[in-house]
Amino acid sequence: MDITYFFNDGILDINVSGELDEHSAYLMRTTIDNIIDSYVDKGPINVNIDLSQISFMDSTGIGVLLGRYKKFANKNVIINLKNPSKNADKILKMAGIYEIMPKVS
Amino acid sequence: MNSNNYFVLTLKAKSENESFARSAVGAFLVPLSPSIEELTDIKTATSEAVTNSIVHAYGGKQDGDITITVVTNDHEVEIIVEDDGCGIPNIEEAKQPFYTTRPNEDRSGMGFTVMESFMDSVVVTNKKTGGIRVSLKKKLGT
Repeated sequence: MDITYFFNDGILDINVSGELDEHSAYLMRTTIDNIIDSYVDKGPINVNIDLSQISFMDSTGIGVLLGRYKKFANKNVIINLKNPSKNADKILKMAGIYEIMPKVS
Repeated sequence: MNSNNYFVLTLKAKSENESFARSAVGAFLVPLSPSIEELTDIKTATSEAVTNSIVHAYGGKQDGDITITVVTNDHEVEIIVEDDGCGIPNIEEAKQPFYTTRPNEDRSGMGFTVMESFMDSVVVTNKKTGGIRVSLKKKLGT
């Protein structure tokens, strides 16, 4: 699991790569929270969580993503899911997550 | 033709073993020439069952045994994931989408839904000796 980010003009791109399962969930949760927390006071932000490099994802990943939505929904933060890999896309689509966090490219 | 083959793997219920568990299952099935999507479905369903054992059966203590048995018969695959944990009081309730006993931990409650969506059949039973047995079946090449 590797996480990098880039902020510019109200848009925060967070790139996540590797396997997203129970083992990596804690690191992903805390790292993404810390990154968003550091920009949340600077006005409304659009967060794009880039999932194009996710090689594996199970329902633990759904929980982590939904958790970020719940945590930041009332803090002027919009979270989008960017370019999900085929593996991530199938499970996200099946669970109806794009109705809450839009899929963007 | 790879008829009637099996392997059995017992792992400590540590989350770091999840990746190895699903990869081992996937590697064993390669001689059956599954599609990438079939392999991903099976690995994901296996991961769900193993996660349930780690998080729920053993309460995240990172201890206890999980046994994975994979049986193949021609192109029919059965993966059996067993633990000796606390069992599930109401299996039908646990299978409901978004049902979770741990709402404060960012749990999606979608584990069984994913298994049922990605596999042909999912049978969950409480073992008489305690713990859970999950049987996941899929026919390859359909």
